[in-house]
Amino acid sequence: MSSVNLPIKSIGETPLTAEGTTFRSITETVSRVTENPAPRGWWIAFLMASSFLGIMTMAIGYLFWMGVGVWGNNAPVYWAWDITNFVWWIGIGHAGTLISAVLFLFRQKWRTAINRFAEAMTIFAVICALVFPGIHVGRAWLAYYMFPLPNEMSIWPNFKSPLIWDIFAVSTYATVSTLFWFVGLIPDLATLRDRAKSPLRRKIYGALALGWRGSNRAWQNYERAYLILAALSTPLVLSVHSVVSFDFATSLIPGWHTTIFPPYFVAGAVFSGFAMVMTLMLVTRAVYGVRSIVMMKHLELMNKIMLTTGSLVGYAYGMEFFIAWYSGDQYEQWLFFHNRASLDGPFSWAYWIMISCNVLSPQVFWFKKMRTSIPVMFVVSILINIGMWFERFVIIVTSLHRDFLPSSWGYYKPTLIDIFTYLGTLGLFFTLFLLFIRWIPMVAISEVKGVLPEADPHHDAHASHDESHEDGHDEAVGTPAIVAAEAEE
Amino acid sequence: MSAPQKKRAAGREKKPALYLAEFNSAGEILHAAQKTHAAGYKNFDTHTPFPVHGMDDAMGLSDSKLGLIVFPIGLMGTIGAFSMMMWMNGYDYPIVIGGKPPTSIPSMIPIMFELTVLFSAFATVFGMFHLNQIPRHHHPIFTSDRFAGFSDDKFFLSIEAEDPKFDVEKTKTFIAGLHASHVELVFDDDKTVEEVSSGHAEAH
Repeated sequence: MSSVNLPIKSIGETPLTAEGTTFRSITETVSRVTENPAPRGWWIAFLMASSFLGIMTMAIGYLFWMGVGVWGNNAPVYWAWDITNFVWWIGIGHAGTLISAVLFLFRQKWRTAINRFAEAMTIFAVICALVFPGIHVGRAWLAYYMFPLPNEMSIWPNFKSPLIWDIFAVSTYATVSTLFWFVGLIPDLATLRDRAKSPLRRKIYGALALGWRGSNRAWQNYERAYLILAALSTPLVLSVHSVVSFDFATSLIPGWHTTIFPPYFVAGAVFSGFAMVMTLMLVTRAVYGVRSIVMMKHLELMNKIMLTTGSLVGYAYGMEFFIAWYSGDQYEQWLFFHNRASLDGPFSWAYWIMISCNVLSPQVFWFKKMRTSIPVMFVVSILINIGMWFERFVIIVTSLHRDFLPSSWGYYKPTLIDIFTYLGTLGLFFTLFLLFIRWIPMVAISEVKGVLPEADPHHDAHASHDESHEDGHDEAVGTPAIVAAEAEE
Repeated sequence: MSAPQKKRAAGREKKPALYLAEFNSAGEILHAAQKTHAAGYKNFDTHTPFPVHGMDDAMGLSDSKLGLIVFPIGLMGTIGAFSMMMWMNGYDYPIVIGGKPPTSIPSMIPIMFELTVLFSAFATVFGMFHLNQIPRHHHPIFTSDRFAGFSDDKFFLSIEAEDPKFDVEKTKTFIAGLHASHVELVFDDDKTVEEVSSGHAEAH
């Protein structure tokens, strides 16, 4: 009988942390990032990110002052970069919950190395996403019409509209992800509180840690809460992008009106989310030296997930063509075969960027050499981010730019304000992300400790079993349940 | 209020709050918890950097009650969402769009689901806070400087003075038998910590 956390060598498992990792070394490695002064690179990145955030604020201010006419959206392309960016950001926000909830339910212990990081990213991506529905409504000060609040017209939202479902789905997702993230943070904030040297630090982290004492009576409810939140978040994460896809799928526009959209959107969301986690993780890991916790093994597993979801997305792209052909619907066929794929189509360049980035580039991960090469995975993760942005652009703009009435066909071009707003949300994302790296433990300390072999209470006992049987006297006083549990093993 | 609390309120002198025993591994704390439970203590607890596998059984704890809080509140979310949409779109101001009936139940499913999840998540987090009695920023256990190690790599067992079996001398003898690496008696005046034993008491 071996410790539950020991890797099973016969099936090729390897340890989840580097050789020589101890409880103390995990505390040290993770906490010191928040305790030492920020490296110069952090400041440079932070200044750049916050400058872009400033650009976003100005672009949005200008939009509010002038109206949505400052964007490139015009008949027939009423949705363009605004909704592309919204869907792109929401998609990126899916990896965190997938890692923290779905992989938790499947008992994938390797998730502990990356879950905190990915959850933080989720929240920031959702914040960036929420900017767009707020500002694209034209008169943003009337955005509260979207909520079921009594207003001067005594009219209520139309709950049969997928756009209203979307409001509920995305705001629930943002709230639940934040709650989940904070619950995960409580024990680690206690670690920072207990290590704090300055009274101010102790007060702030102390207040946030809520007086956590690592008590087992508390851990019991805490673990149950974590399990329930994971069980709630799993269907939630699947519902959010499904509902986003309903915004398109319930309309009658060729290219949008397809039943494959919900699973296709969810796969794409997970795909892009993992790519973003990978891009940021590679940089952070190199800068802050958390390689002993976030190992090549974890990166390789993430690449496998990207290969899977990338191929699922590729299947969905293919299936759209099959259904267009098989349905015999001439509008659908025109859209897919002519507007999108044919090189004569005005947006075929966007379509083929999407195919090469999303479907072709992750195929290199079939080879172990590629899966374990940092430069390759960095480049591929960035290509995927670009490809997934183009996917949403293709879905939205190519479906709209040639509608049923040829006299109103048009071409879409973004304006400078469109570009500033988009780059600005990247600034918002990275500003929040850099603040997170600086002040909050970027790896879930207590969770990583829990998967070390030493964390198993039977680790010592079995190590010394061969020499003597000195813990025999302890079993005599053990409760019947424990003795039974030990006998089962 | 229990008798010891009343007495403390009346008297001025400091009272012992708890014994705090320090261990170095998850295995040691699990065995110590088994013994403390077997000895009949009720108000005792273990403080560990991560949840130790099998500790609930070792301490004789019953299952967490959290599910009982979450389920009814989640159900309120479902029913609340349904009644909100039914009343708003169906009765208060019916809107017919695309010829769909004002009270179309299938179109309510997404929002009913979302609000169920939202209510359940709030119930889970705040229910957990309630069961764990957090936030609680003041506790005698924080008087001990060594206790800070619980969030790093140390494992603690505490037996509180509230326990009916607690007796300064007898409990001290009992704790000495647990092979802790360090034992302290913490008082409830936020200042005093009395060292009881330290060092490598019968290390394996």
